[in-house]
Amino acid sequence: MRQKAEPRNVKKKGEKQKPYGIYFLCSVLFLYLLLFVFYPANIQKSLEASGHVLFQIFPALCLIILLMGLVNHFVNPGTVSKYVGKGSGIKGWFLAICTGILSHGSIYAWYPLLRDLRKQGMRSALIAVFLYNRAIKIPLLPLMVHYFGIPFVVILTAFMIIASIVQGHAVEMLEGRFSNQV
Amino acid sequence: MNHGKQNNNKKTIVSSFYKAFRSFGTAFPVLLGVILLLGLFRSFVPNRMLSAVFRGELLRDTIIGSLIGSISSGNAVSSYIIGGELLKENVSLIAVIAFMVAWVTVGIIQLPAEAGILGKRFAFARNILSFFLSILVSIATVKTLMVIQ
Repeated sequence: MRQKAEPRNVKKKGEKQKPYGIYFLCSVLFLYLLLFVFYPANIQKSLEASGHVLFQIFPALCLIILLMGLVNHFVNPGTVSKYVGKGSGIKGWFLAICTGILSHGSIYAWYPLLRDLRKQGMRSALIAVFLYNRAIKIPLLPLMVHYFGIPFVVILTAFMIIASIVQGHAVEMLEGRFSNQV
Repeated sequence: MNHGKQNNNKKTIVSSFYKAFRSFGTAFPVLLGVILLLGLFRSFVPNRMLSAVFRGELLRDTIIGSLIGSISSGNAVSSYIIGGELLKENVSLIAVIAFMVAWVTVGIIQLPAEAGILGKRFAFARNILSFFLSILVSIATVKTLMVIQ
């Protein structure tokens, strides 16, 4: 009989998490050092561009830490399950679409919060929907209208929302299929 | 009694924020690494390089549009501007939409961060699907525009 797969991201007690992030950061720094030997001017530009991005996202990062703290304090797994968990139904999809469209800041800043929400019961499908809908930027729509016109923007936005729902279902289905095979 | 309850509540708030900082701290090296990669990408891949690769074959251009959009990153504004310029250079609308949609929905540069924080299976499934959906969304948008105009 096929055994039920263990839920993902559940670490056994005492199991040490691998410092994947540190390895990754060291690899990037090594790449910088290597490229600096051949292209010092480009590396200076790269550092300036990275510094600029970091400076731009800093307020968003602070806001995200604040939100994470508040979520940890006020939101419990029961609340998460109710609004964006397995039984959240159409309300959960609607909430993921709207919050995705309204969310700002760098996408990197949202990952830790989404990981915490998933640990508390948020569906992977709704995380995918949230991330996809972040592509729809309301403040930037006037610029898109300027370049491509109103009908184009309305139709593209509608198809992107539909695509996000398709993606949410597909991601959850694929995740389930692969985790059953492990 | 009430004082004890208040103290307990304070402790819970402090521990909630401590947990938030720790959680964010584990993600920070990946975020910093990705931001540094982004800097490399911006200084080594100029925008004009993007418009040189479209040759006028619809299917090829659409796939190339999605591929370039997938490996590009930065503010969505840049994708609109480049998209507008590509249209002026007679690149097909389907290829331009595929490029713009992939730019904002697929994140090859962000993939290490997404995989490290949200899980490899989730990140790969989401990005591969976003790539194919960028092509489907572009075709659906252009076909609908053709019907209504």
